[in-house]
Amino acid sequence: MQENILQLKNISKSFDGEMVLEELSLDIKRNEFVTLLGPSGCGKTTTLRIIGGFATPDSGQVIMEGKDITLLPTEQRCVNTVFQKYALFPHMSIEENIAFGLRIKKKDEAYIKEKVRYALELVNLMGFEKRKPHSLSGGQQQRIAIARAIVNEPKILLLDEPLGALDLKLRQDMQKELIRLKKELGITFIYVTHDQEEALTMSDKIVVMNQGYIQQIGSPEDIYNEPQNAFVADFIGDANLLAATMLKDELVSINDTRFTCVDKGFGTNKPVDVVIRPEDVEIMERGKGIFPAIVSSILFKGVHYEIIANGIGIQWMIHTTVYYEIGSKIDLYIKPFNIQIMHKPESEDEAVNHEE
Amino acid sequence: MKRKYIALPYLIWMTAFIVLPLVFVAYYAFTTKAGGFTLSNVFAIFDSLHIKATILSLGLSLSCTVLCLLVAFPLALVLRRIHLNHKGLIIIILILPMWMNSILRILALQMILSKNGILNMILEWLHLAPAEIINTPAAIILGMVYDYLPYMILPIYNSVMDIDQDLIDASSDLGARFGYRLRHVILPLSKPGIISGITMVFIPCLTSFVIPDILGGGKIQLLGNVIEQEFITSMNWNLGAGLSFALLIFVIIGLIFTQKHETKYKESRVWQN
Repeated sequence: MQENILQLKNISKSFDGEMVLEELSLDIKRNEFVTLLGPSGCGKTTTLRIIGGFATPDSGQVIMEGKDITLLPTEQRCVNTVFQKYALFPHMSIEENIAFGLRIKKKDEAYIKEKVRYALELVNLMGFEKRKPHSLSGGQQQRIAIARAIVNEPKILLLDEPLGALDLKLRQDMQKELIRLKKELGITFIYVTHDQEEALTMSDKIVVMNQGYIQQIGSPEDIYNEPQNAFVADFIGDANLLAATMLKDELVSINDTRFTCVDKGFGTNKPVDVVIRPEDVEIMERGKGIFPAIVSSILFKGVHYEIIANGIGIQWMIHTTVYYEIGSKIDLYIKPFNIQIMHKPESEDEAVNHEE
Repeated sequence: MKRKYIALPYLIWMTAFIVLPLVFVAYYAFTTKAGGFTLSNVFAIFDSLHIKATILSLGLSLSCTVLCLLVAFPLALVLRRIHLNHKGLIIIILILPMWMNSILRILALQMILSKNGILNMILEWLHLAPAEIINTPAAIILGMVYDYLPYMILPIYNSVMDIDQDLIDASSDLGARFGYRLRHVILPLSKPGIISGITMVFIPCLTSFVIPDILGGGKIQLLGNVIEQEFITSMNWNLGAGLSFALLIFVIIGLIFTQKHETKYKESRVWQN
């Protein structure tokens, strides 16, 4: 039981008559870096706010280390939050901001001084004690916000899209910083973002959400390589998302072309969704692949070229480091292992709730 | 080049109606009837004849300001809590009395507070002793609060409503209960509104003479009344101007005090979502 530091049981929440979360259940283990990932409005921030105590669920329970904290006010939870807009107190110095939580706990001044110094060192902003928040850049303010939260040694750190306002380079640096922090502090991180790259980079476990439901829970590799439904496949990474028919185990038909694959248990002659990642579509000489295609466009993306080729009535997105002229006649080949079969969703907001 | 001249009418207006009058007041304040230079008119505000009015004015203005604060601040907190989506409606309700002539409002208050007024009729109906509020300093304070309360509520309400909910959430997140949040987050961030409110109430209170006239029955003399008398009854313009000048000094001291405490919390550069 103690392995789960946090459990959400059947959390439901609605705003103005609209259901934002419906019977959401989630277990979070100690020291995990869990990311709630999804598009705007999927309920991830609401979930975070319920964990932090800023919102109360209409029904359901929030259990932390075995204790029901659903109705416990925010100030009494062993949880700290890093806000999206930093929320640094503008009328206080950096030192006063960071020490805020410690002063409430009535720690003595020597302890506070040392903790503030340690926190600033941790986020690489030594010497900033007397500065005021408005004199800091966005990235610096974000690091102070993180320092202010972690200095209280919470059991769980909640982060609400903290890197959204930063430019790409800074964001990438901060992502590495957060991972380093987590290792050094040994705190459970619950992170909310709509940026799937961010989620893939930092998380131990990703919870993909859409319209108030959990779509899939798994490690970054599992989510990426084996998405369980069309939404997850489409949301994470680029994808060739296709409607197909499962003829029998390990054989699927896409637009009347047969492909060998490795998935079983999807039935006979049943309609399914198929996802194939662009980097898994291999370009070959005519005659050497599964079906012919013609290159219709090519974009240089730095890391690779993004090629669109038309074959068997489908526009295939292909990632390759080789240049092909528009109009080139090619064959396409896909390894059986790289064809991911998924159940068709029963409803638009199909919930898929099992761990990988 | 031409843009400078657009300011000309305003410059003329300012000179004619603000600068010149002040110059005249200063002239009369520092001269005797005979024309010689003197400081006695200005310092008269402290002499035995006038000190009572001075102290009373300061005392009543302070009381009025404090009472307005005690009403306005909790009201603003409650309004914020209720999340009323009718911010405009609230403001209209508060401003509405201000649209009415203030003298009429004070006269109405006089009728309510007078011996046979509405207040005593209600008290009699409830079998309670009649209240003797009219023509006492209490009536004047009541009148001032009634008149100037909107000027305290509006800036404080604006300041309080402007506080980012994230900051309050952050303070809770860090362990602060309501009292701590109030003292360390809400109050400091409401300071601009509070300072503004104090300025807009204390100074008019100090210089008022209509309210003490009507609600004090002409028997209670505040500085405003004394100055009025000197100009109109005693025809002692020099003394009147001197006292006015001294009052102006008080007002300026008050403004300096509030300016010192006025802080502009520069918004941290926040990303607009």
